[in-house]
Amino acid sequence: MLKIKSLKAYYGSICVLKSISLHIKEGEIVTLIGANGSGKSTLLNAIVGLAEKAEGSIIFKNNELLGLPPSKIVKLGIVLVPEGRQLFYPMNVMDNLLLGTYSIYSRKNRRDIQKRIEEIFEIFPELKKRKNQLAGTLSGGEQQMLSIARALMARPKFLLLDEPSIGLAPKVVENIFHILLKLRGSENLTIFLVEQNAKLALEICERGYVIETGQIVLSGSNDELKNNKEVMRAYLGRTEM
Amino acid sequence: MAIWNKDYETIDREELEQLQLERLQQTLSRVYRRVSYYKNLFDKISFDPFEISSLEDLKKIPYTTKDTLRLAYPYDMFAVPLREVVRMQSTSGTTGQSIIVGYTKNDIEHWTDLTARVLSAAGVTTDDIIMISFPYGLFTGGIGFHYGAERIGASVIPGSSADIEEQLTIIKDYRVTVCICAPTFLSQMCEIMEDKGITPAELSLKTALLGAEPWSENFRKQVEDRLSIKLYDNYGLTEIIGPGVSFECEYRNMLHISEDHFIPEVIDPDTGEPLGFGKKGELVLTTITKEAYPLIRYRTGDLTTLYNEKCECGRSFIRMARVSERIDDMIIINGKNIFPSQFEQILQDVLGKLPKFQIVIDKKDSFDEVEIQLEVSQDIFYDEMKRLAEIEKRISKEIEEKLDIIPKIKLVEPLSIKRRLKRKKVIDKRKN
Repeated sequence: MLKIKSLKAYYGSICVLKSISLHIKEGEIVTLIGANGSGKSTLLNAIVGLAEKAEGSIIFKNNELLGLPPSKIVKLGIVLVPEGRQLFYPMNVMDNLLLGTYSIYSRKNRRDIQKRIEEIFEIFPELKKRKNQLAGTLSGGEQQMLSIARALMARPKFLLLDEPSIGLAPKVVENIFHILLKLRGSENLTIFLVEQNAKLALEICERGYVIETGQIVLSGSNDELKNNKEVMRAYLGRTEM
Repeated sequence: MAIWNKDYETIDREELEQLQLERLQQTLSRVYRRVSYYKNLFDKISFDPFEISSLEDLKKIPYTTKDTLRLAYPYDMFAVPLREVVRMQSTSGTTGQSIIVGYTKNDIEHWTDLTARVLSAAGVTTDDIIMISFPYGLFTGGIGFHYGAERIGASVIPGSSADIEEQLTIIKDYRVTVCICAPTFLSQMCEIMEDKGITPAELSLKTALLGAEPWSENFRKQVEDRLSIKLYDNYGLTEIIGPGVSFECEYRNMLHISEDHFIPEVIDPDTGEPLGFGKKGELVLTTITKEAYPLIRYRTGDLTTLYNEKCECGRSFIRMARVSERIDDMIIINGKNIFPSQFEQILQDVLGKLPKFQIVIDKKDSFDEVEIQLEVSQDIFYDEMKRLAEIEKRISKEIEEKLDIIPKIKLVEPLSIKRRLKRKKVIDKRKN
């Protein structure tokens, strides 16, 4: 579904992604594990067209994404749930959700969008209860759910998540990951998950890549990554086997 | 016959190339960070491992040779700290300093899958009883296949280096269906069966996977007819992983290379120029999943030819011709390059069967002299002096015609030529 070949990205003259290659097949949940500043978010931004300067190739279903504006990329079915949720806090839940439909919004589609909101509320019943509440007054977990819900409004085929667990209580994170697993089945989603919480990420993914200072240094199935003592030590915080 | 890792073994070329590129980039970034030899090498030739943007770029890196690995003795080529290493094997060191090869938990996992592929392709299933007659221990053959056979779920008997008569009894009584061994093991087994009057019908054996030393198509035919079994070839070397690099499928038409773990190339052994498909040269391998002991463009010393035509079995991997010669087997006799296998072929053609033989080379008046010692056995040679003389003459004539050498032929007592696991066919006295 997605194939990245030797991708390089720069901030000014500094090369922050050095020849990154990876692929994601349809229906997979793939995780990218890495420390702070290793280039995880830059990689996601490059996929959705937000990187300052990038070279190489990112092929999504036979379309070259490099050079396309973000709006076109969203239309192809790729949506990013950004780090830190990036909600519009002074607006209510409903309006935040509607903003997620900007790429398909029109009078003609009104009924369709209404139907989609109902579907979304079925997945996230919490949000329905709070549909008129301002986003800024939601709890952290609810905000994260709203951020994911907003992304789903555009009916993406490929969902990118940038550290959805950050700042959330373990129980809440577990709930969110549970919903992601369900979504893969019900929405036919392919998921690329960027996480610092490697332990959790490896619980739900099939495969993963490890990124270190802008390079992929390791990849494998979740079992293979769990077998690798270095990954364990660096990202799972476990020293004993 | 079953394909063990169908997703990988039948992967389409484009997908495979993406996978290889990803794994190659990861391997290069790891060796650059962790193996001082590669760090120094890349720095010296100003090669930036992150400039690799296609598989073709691999060709910019110089070859790694066995000498480098010897100099790195014991641990300098390891890419992980020793606490991550869960196993060590080593080369026999018959031709010099031995080489220690380490494996992480994942390396062992991959190796197990790779030997399971080899066995599956030869038709091994959970119903089989397998005798592994390779020595266990430092040598990778025994334990490498052991893990793969267990993963398939076959019943494994670690025969190892137990006495061959004892192993034959086990093969017969335990109703062993598959034997993994060296070719010499099988020929010795045939001899013992003949001595003891055991017929092939008394055995349940149907398949043998041979390794550890080269064996010819003639040998295959001969043993298959004699024992009514099928012989399968496979290829591997300790430095790279052990057995599991490439293997024959049911069509037994060259060996499939597990390209999801190894990138093969063939080069001209003299100039180092990469050769294309269909050209015979030295096999060069790059490991792309190894964690503990990754090697970049390792010169195997084995001569082969690569083919990219698809095999009927459905596997999409590149195939390599069976390896019958190693570069260091090559002998130079009066300025001509000759391989022991060429003598083997001639003996086979003249006698219809292959006797035990060895070649002794010596220098006399600055001229190389070749003596071929043939072991006398009942089924090949006859007692009558006249016939013996005639056979000697025929062999001598053939060798003169085909190899342009006039050899001395010497017949020796049965069992007088030493049997070893890695049989050396040439004794070169010129070096002393």
